[in-house]
Amino acid sequence: MPELCGIELAHPVINASGTYDAIAARAAFGDALLADFPFAAFVSKTITPEPRAGNAPRRIWETPSGMLNSIGLPNKGLEGFLAEDLPRLAELPVPLIVSIMATTREDFARCVERVAARREVAAIELNVSCPNVHSGLIVGESPAETEALLEALRPRSEKPLIVTLTPNVADPAAVAGGAERGGADAVSLINTLKGTAVDPATGAPALGNGYGGLSGPAVRPVALEQVRSVRAAVGLPIVGMGGISRGADAAEFLALGASVVAVGTESFRAPRAGAGVAAELESPLLPERSAGAALNLD
Amino acid sequence: MSAPFGRRRCEVAANRDSGGYRVVSVLDREGPEPRAGQFYMLAAVAAAGWGAGDGRPFLPRAISVADARPAAGGGVRLDFLLDDVGPGTSGLRALGEREEVWVTGPLGNSFAAPREVSADAAGAVLVGGGVGVAPLALLRKRFGERGVPHRVLLGFRDRAHTGGLDLFCGSSGALCPEVRLATEDGHAGLQGRVTDLLLPILAGDDAGSGVVYSCGPPAMLEAVRALCAEHGVAVELALESPMACGFGACFGCAVPKPGGGYLRLCVDGPVLRGEEIEGVSHAYA
Repeated sequence: MPELCGIELAHPVINASGTYDAIAARAAFGDALLADFPFAAFVSKTITPEPRAGNAPRRIWETPSGMLNSIGLPNKGLEGFLAEDLPRLAELPVPLIVSIMATTREDFARCVERVAARREVAAIELNVSCPNVHSGLIVGESPAETEALLEALRPRSEKPLIVTLTPNVADPAAVAGGAERGGADAVSLINTLKGTAVDPATGAPALGNGYGGLSGPAVRPVALEQVRSVRAAVGLPIVGMGGISRGADAAEFLALGASVVAVGTESFRAPRAGAGVAAELESPLLPERSAGAALNLD
Repeated sequence: MSAPFGRRRCEVAANRDSGGYRVVSVLDREGPEPRAGQFYMLAAVAAAGWGAGDGRPFLPRAISVADARPAAGGGVRLDFLLDDVGPGTSGLRALGEREEVWVTGPLGNSFAAPREVSADAAGAVLVGGGVGVAPLALLRKRFGERGVPHRVLLGFRDRAHTGGLDLFCGSSGALCPEVRLATEDGHAGLQGRVTDLLLPILAGDDAGSGVVYSCGPPAMLEAVRALCAEHGVAVELALESPMACGFGACFGCAVPKPGGGYLRLCVDGPVLRGEEIEGVSHAYA
């Protein structure tokens, strides 16, 4: 049975933070969501110390085989999350991982302590890489900053700490090394790639924030290479993600050393995509291989 | 009733012209009957391929349902009214009979009955324009079935742009008697805008006994919202916004609230009361 930092998982597919609101999904699809939950663990949207409204529209823009988003981490804040959302997320039939971001070490530490104290929580994800919020970039761009943050947070929680790496650096493996030295239990990658687009109707940037993060199948080769290079640099378990829409995509990440994979943007297109990826991974022959020795340019 | 969990493959039963728009009929064997105002996420199953669309469309498109009725052989037959505004709608418009479409839904909230909106409201005024007449067609049908008194005001640009008008015609092909038209070229009905038809109703003595239901281009919706606010008449507006998922996951469809913050149109809407929003703007529609 797959596991992540000692958390047993029914299969190796979880969700990418910020791509699935299980509470809203339950309202739309009813309790069928619980009976047939598509992920082996649920990662919350990132929580910040205080509530955030998120960025001004426009927030999303379709791109070739992908999309840009500039959402800006809207959330109820730590206390709102703990009081209102956590009890409802605890009703999900899978382990819960809570994603946290803060702009100071003190705030980060307070969030980690408060979340770690809740028995509903299996692990904590540290978002040091969200490209939509300026403060998120700083720590995750620097191996030393990342190491120092982890050293500050490590004593605050006995629960696993998973560091989300930003792909928007020259050497993500070096930042992963900082996370490992600081005491992280795992790393997850990749977050979205910084990108923008021009609205042909206005000639101006299409997103309200000017730029956003690129996701979807378009980023998969970039994600795979970052997983490969991080695997070569650190011994930590890796949650691999970036453009996974099928079992064959997930298998590529696992082949390069990811322990677990996450599905993000594909869930927008297909709400049960995570379950589909897991089922395809379990089939003895993945579709591509069962078709014979298919070449890339066949 | 909740939407079935996940997307499902449905067959296209028909695809016909409607005054420049297309009406694509889809056979949904599993889903519940939708309520007026609800929408579906739609994506053609067959890929465009060979770079024809530059890797687009990628995301499904949110399309409100224009009609729903029991399908022969079980399930619901859903009608969607489609303008051609980009690669997604273009691909959906091109779907032929027996081709397949990915369907998720029905999603979002729906229009409320007049008495649920305003305790002393007895009747309804439906105000639509452009492809936004679609949800009002289903609403008119439901109000007719339930005996809710209603009038329908529709705005069209000119003779060549009357898409969706036939959704408001009876089986004889004649326009339903409760429907009034405004056309900018004056070829039918009043020459002018649909708000020119609405204003005398809002200014009338019995305006307070009605609720306005509207869907259409952002500028029209904003004019309707402002007029209703000015005359103290309750209004429900069905809005559009870019959305990737339709079920609250992507947080893309943010609509500003008065006093700060945002609604998610897919789960808090798409039908919003006039007072729930600051205004209707192209910035997010």
